[in-house]
Amino acid sequence: MPLKACFCMATVTVQKERTPEREVAQNKVCIVLSKGSLDMVYPAFMIGNTAATMGSEVHIFFTFWGLSVLNKKKVGSLKISPVGNPGMPMPNILGMIPGMTRVATWMLKGKMKKIKMPSIPEMIATSKDLGVHLHACSTTMSMDIIGFPKEELIPEAEDIIGAATFLQLSQGATTLFI
Amino acid sequence: MSAVANRKMVDSRGSFCPGPITDLFKAYRAANIGDEIEVWATDPAAKSDITAWAARSGNEIVEATQEKDYLRIVVKILKKGR
Repeated sequence: MPLKACFCMATVTVQKERTPEREVAQNKVCIVLSKGSLDMVYPAFMIGNTAATMGSEVHIFFTFWGLSVLNKKKVGSLKISPVGNPGMPMPNILGMIPGMTRVATWMLKGKMKKIKMPSIPEMIATSKDLGVHLHACSTTMSMDIIGFPKEELIPEAEDIIGAATFLQLSQGATTLFI
Repeated sequence: MSAVANRKMVDSRGSFCPGPITDLFKAYRAANIGDEIEVWATDPAAKSDITAWAARSGNEIVEATQEKDYLRIVVKILKKGR
C-alpha cells in the first residue's frame, strides 16, 4: 500500500493546488450583445444561461440593436433577417422583397417550436431565475430610433450602465461579443 | 452502511441544449449533498454537456446508459454552490 498510496496523494495535492486559480479565471462570463435578430439573441442566452448553471457569474450587456431585447414593446417580436444571411435556404436577393423578413421569421419560429425551443421571453425568465445580470447600454438608450424611455425596459433589466462599468465588470472574465 | 441515496428524476426528453442542463440545474438547486439526480434526455449533446457541467460544478456522474431512444445519466451531488 505505502508506495502507491503516497503517489496518489501527491497527485491529488497538486491538482487541488491548481484548481482555485482555474476557478477564478473561469468564473465569470460577460457577453456584449449588439444585434437584435433571433440568430444572435438565442446564442447569447444559451451560452449565458448555461454558464450560470455551471456556477459562473454572468453579465449580458445589451447595446445597439441588442437593446431591443430589453424593450417591453419589442422583445416578443424579434425577427431574423434573410438579407445578408447566405445560410438562408433561398437566393439572397429574394430577401429584399417586402415581407420576406416576416416569412423567414415565421419559418424559423416554426422550426424552433417543433423542437420545443423556449421563446426569447422564456429564455429571459430563465436567465433571471439563474441570476444572470442584464444590463442596458446608456448611450443606446438615448439614441433615436433604437433607444426608448426607461419605462419601457423589461423588469428583468438590472440597470443602465456605460462602457466603463462594463469593462470593470468584465475584468478577468471570458468576454464574448455578439 | 448508508441508506439508498435519495434520487430525483428529471425528464428532459425532447428538449435541446441548454434544456437538459437547465432542468438538471433546477433539480440540483433543490437537492442535498449525497442525493442523486437521474436525467433522461434525447438531446445528442446531453451526455457531454452534463459531463462538463458535473466536472465544473464538482459533482460526479455515477451512471450513463444509452437506452433505446434516450440517454439515462445519473449525477451524484457532492458539492453545492450557489
